[in-house]
This record gives sequence, C-alpha cells and structure tokens, in this order.
Amino acid sequence: MAVQTIFRHQAVEPSASRRRRPPGANLWRAVRHNRKATAGALLLLFFLVLAIFPGQIAPYSYASTNFAPALPPSAAHWFGTTALGQDIFSQLVYGTRESLIIAFAVGGLSTFISVIVGVSAAYLRGFADGVLSLFTDVLLVIPTFPLIILIAAYVRSAGLLTIIIVLGLLGWSYGARQLRSQVLSLRDRDFLESARVRGERSLYIIVVEVLPTMTSLIVASFLGAALYAVLTAAGLQFIGLGDPNAQSWGTMLYWAENNEALGAGMPLWAIMPGVCVALLGASFALLNYAFDEISNPALRPVRKMMKADLDGLDTAARLRNVPRASRLGREA
Amino acid sequence: MRFILRRTGFFLFTMWAAVTVNFVIPRLMPGNPALAMIARYKGHINGQALKALELLFGVKAHVNIVSEYFTYLDNIIHGRFGTSYTFFPESVSHEVLQAIPWTLGLVGVTTILAFILGTLIGLVSAWRRGGLLDSMLPPIFVITSAFPYFWIALLCVWLFGIKLNWLPEFGGYAYQSTPGWQWSFISDVLVHSILPATTILVTSIGGWILTMRNNVISVLGEDYVRMARAKGLKPWTVMWGYAGRNAILPNLTGFAMSLGFVVSGAILVEFVFNYPGVGWMLLDAVSNEDYPLMQALFLLITLAVLTAVLLADIATALLDARTRDLA
Repeated sequence: MAVQTIFRHQAVEPSASRRRRPPGANLWRAVRHNRKATAGALLLLFFLVLAIFPGQIAPYSYASTNFAPALPPSAAHWFGTTALGQDIFSQLVYGTRESLIIAFAVGGLSTFISVIVGVSAAYLRGFADGVLSLFTDVLLVIPTFPLIILIAAYVRSAGLLTIIIVLGLLGWSYGARQLRSQVLSLRDRDFLESARVRGERSLYIIVVEVLPTMTSLIVASFLGAALYAVLTAAGLQFIGLGDPNAQSWGTMLYWAENNEALGAGMPLWAIMPGVCVALLGASFALLNYAFDEISNPALRPVRKMMKADLDGLDTAARLRNVPRASRLGREA
Repeated sequence: MRFILRRTGFFLFTMWAAVTVNFVIPRLMPGNPALAMIARYKGHINGQALKALELLFGVKAHVNIVSEYFTYLDNIIHGRFGTSYTFFPESVSHEVLQAIPWTLGLVGVTTILAFILGTLIGLVSAWRRGGLLDSMLPPIFVITSAFPYFWIALLCVWLFGIKLNWLPEFGGYAYQSTPGWQWSFISDVLVHSILPATTILVTSIGGWILTMRNNVISVLGEDYVRMARAKGLKPWTVMWGYAGRNAILPNLTGFAMSLGFVVSGAILVEFVFNYPGVGWMLLDAVSNEDYPLMQALFLLITLAVLTAVLLADIATALLDARTRDLA
C-alpha cells in the first residue's frame, strides 16, 4: 500500500503540473510565436469566414446566370463572368464551404484512424504490430490517386460524402506510421512505466498519458491529411469525377476546362479557383511546417532560438556552424 | 541480403494486395455499372471477349467466387487484361505498351532530376544554415508544395502556350511530324515535353529540399559529425562524406513514399497537356467507361511505383552500412 502511494505520488506530480494549463493553451501560444503558423492561421481564418457567411459576402447567388457571358473584370464583377454568365467571384465565395468541409472531415477521419492504428500497433507489439504495420506500409506505397480514380469511375459522379469516405479511408497511413514510431520511442519512458506499475489499464495510459504528449504530432498529421484532401478532391472534381452540380472550386475548374476558358479569354475563370485551392493548401502547409518546428526544436529558425533561451545557446551555436576552434574551446 | 529479400517479399505482397483490390472493387459496387455495359456490348464483341468481361466484373452469379478469383489471378499473371472497348479490337496490353514510353520518359526523368536537384539544394541550404539560400527556399517551397499540380500546369498552358506562344502546350508531338528515330521528331518531342516536365519539377522539388534540409540538420547534431570536425577534416569532406551521405538515407525512403504523389500529379499534368502517356490514357478510359483498360492501367501504375520503391530500398541497402552488415 505504502509503495503504491509513493508511486502514485511521484507519477501524479509531473502530469499534474503538465495539465495545469489545458493543452490547447500551449498550442495557441506556439502558433502566436511562430511567424509561419500565424500566416497559416490567418489564411485559414479568412477562408473560414468565407465558408460560414457566403450569403453575406458574395454579391450574387451561386447559380445566377443573369449576366453577359465572358465579361472582363470590373467593379461589378471582380473576376469577370463565366461563359455561362455567372459571377466568378460569387462562385469562389460559395465554393469555399465544400473545400473546407472536405478538408476538416477527411483530416478528422484519417487522423482518427491513424491514431488508433499507429498507437495500438506500437502499444500492442508482437503479431498485432506486425499486421497493422504491414497494412500501413502497403497503403503507404500503393499509389492512391489512381485507385481513387478507379473507385470514382465505378461510383460515377462521386458526391461529397463519397469523396470524404474514400479519401479518409485511404489517407491515414502516413500519420499512422509517424505516430507509431513516436509511441515506440515513448514506450519505455519512466512516466509510462510508473503508470503501468500503479496498475492503470492500457486504455487509460494511452488516452491520459500517451496522447497528450503527442498533441503537436497529431495536429501535424491532421493538417497533412487536410492538405492532401483539398488537393486530391480538387483534382478529382477537375477531371470530372465529382458531382458536376457541386458548388466547389474543383467543379468550377472542371467547367472552365470544358469551356476552354484559357483560350477563350476568360483565364481568371480557370486561374482563380486554383489560387483558392493553392492558398487554402498553403495555409495547411504553413501550419504543418510550423508544427514540425514546434515539435522538433532543432528545425526552428536560428536567430529566434538565441533570443528565446540562453540554455539553447550551445545547440544554437552548434547548428549555426560557428568556427571549429571556438566551439571546441567551449566544450573543453 | 536478408534486408533485400524482406523488401522483395513486401513488394510481392503489396502487388498481390493491389491485384486483389482490383478484383474486389467492381464486386463491391452497388448497381454494377459493368452489367449495363456488358448488355450494351452483347452481339458487338465476340463471345470470348464477353466471357473475359464477365469474369473481370463477376457478373456470373452462379460461378464460385473463389474459382473466379483464381482464374482472374491466372489471367493477370499471364498479362491477359482483356479487350479494350476504346481501341477495339486491340487488346488492352497492346494499347498500354504504347503509352508506357511517354510516361516513363516524362515522369521518370523529371522525378530523378527533381530528387537529385532537391537533395543537393537541401544539403547546401542546411550546411549554410541561416544563409541566403536557407532563409529564402524553405518558406517558398512550403507554399509551392501546397499548389495543385494541375493548376501549375494550367498556368503554364496559359502563360507560355497561349499568352506568349513560346512553347507547344498540347500533345506529345506535332501532328504533322512522323514518329521515328530521326532528329526532327526527337527535337519535336523534347520541345513538347518542356512545359509538362517543368510543371512536375516545380511542384515536386520542394518536398526533397525540405526533407533533405531537415535530415541534414539533425545529422549535423550527431557526434560523428562533431568528431569529423574535431579531427580537422575539410568542411567539404564532412559535408559530403559524413552529413550528406547519412542524411540521404531517410530521403531515399522518402523518395519511395512520395512517389505516389508524383505519379498522381503526373496523371493530372498529362491530362492538362493532353500528353499521350499512361495517365492521360487512364482518364480517357474513365471517360469512355473502358473498365478493362482502367484496371490494367491501375495495375501497371502500381507495378511501376512498387518497382521504384524496391529499387530505392536496394539503393538504401547498398548505401547504408548498418543494413550492409546484416546482408
């Protein structure tokens, strides 16, 4: 009993101090202090506003075809009109929602799967790990885009739900692999050993002890999956495998390509939806890269690290390629 | 040796998985589209081709699915993919073989080029940390890595093809030239490949640069690099023989993993440029509902990617002293 109390006491203290702040607060602070993350977050916020209030922002409705076809950009039509007489700007605003839904739903679904597969593979060890890892690796090397094309060709005009499910089920392997190796490196740490010794169940250990230490990796795999989803879904709709009536950037690109917008003097029709896809993708990529820097301090920009903490000076100097002599002098 | 054998086993297993997925997908779909298609083709194609179709899509309900599966496997192993509708009466294999050199030339060359260039730039930018190259490149390539391939392709078509009219933006060669091994045709093919190749290069190089840079940075913190410097080796030797050589190994593994992305991007690039390769043929098959051709192309692309992965694995084994010890 006494032994148990001691262990309990020792084990609880660090985790209690770790949990004094909610995990979100750390994340938020990290985003604010990283320039790449701030830029990515602002971009994402911009698209979120467009997706939530399209009716308030877009000057015209999505389907309205009341305008002269192929108008050049003007005050009334910022990006001109399509060959079918639709306002390109309004279509862009209304198309935001579907891209964001795909990004968040696919990101959520595949992150969920990758956490379950990755963590249980590393935690169960042995045969189960072998099977799960083999499955992950197979999915990792099979080219998924041709497979998605094949599936979409059988489904014919894949709707929003189909796209989300197919992309989510095929996009988790990379995250699972990263999470697995992270858990493997954590598995024999003392704080997990003490949790095991004080008799906690595996599920409790995984959810309460292991997962919080991997927040930034989980966020990173969510962002990576969201980026992949936005690009793949747009590509799928662009080649005409999506629902041709959907309000999305990919579908806009499909109609622009079908009407030869580039050659017919309406380049903005084909270029602007791509700009939106690229900007949304860039916001995920920037956040993702920033989280890489947050979870791996060695990658942070050098100058900031010097300012941040004097303890990091040695590391900073080593990474900054200072002359050999001075470094050796300090180490000696 | 053991390492290579294990990777070969993985290669065979993955190929088998892809073949099986190819078998299962049509049988999972509600309202099998192939049924309608077979009904449409009855009387138009010969009985043997029809039989192959029925086998491919699992139309015959009374046939045991297990024996159906083994007949299918036998057909695949012997390269019998059936008859293409689009190119009837040519067999699928015949059509596919004509598209392969185009894709292999375009995607193969640009991928290897992007890998070499990206690895070099990544190495240099990590070596001169905080320098001009290092502060410019990573942010730029983080952003370009998020650009859709087909959008860059569209931009190239618009800017260099239509606006400036510098380069051809359509097809693999001009209509009036006759294919052959004479210089006029080869130069025509090269000129036609500039825009698609640039597109693939621009969009895929960023990944190599970033991973190589991150690898080098973590390798530079290792003790053996410190040791090499302390011994007074020339910086050049440390950079190539110690840091670069060890950082390139994870990058080779990354090469294997991101190949799928390059291939999927290349499909869209071929589509935009009407480039007569495998990807364009795949999308053409999709729009013609040519299911046998589609399935054969999917397997072919998978085979190509897996072979490249296996080659990268073998290269890793040859470069990495640790796996060489196991061999």
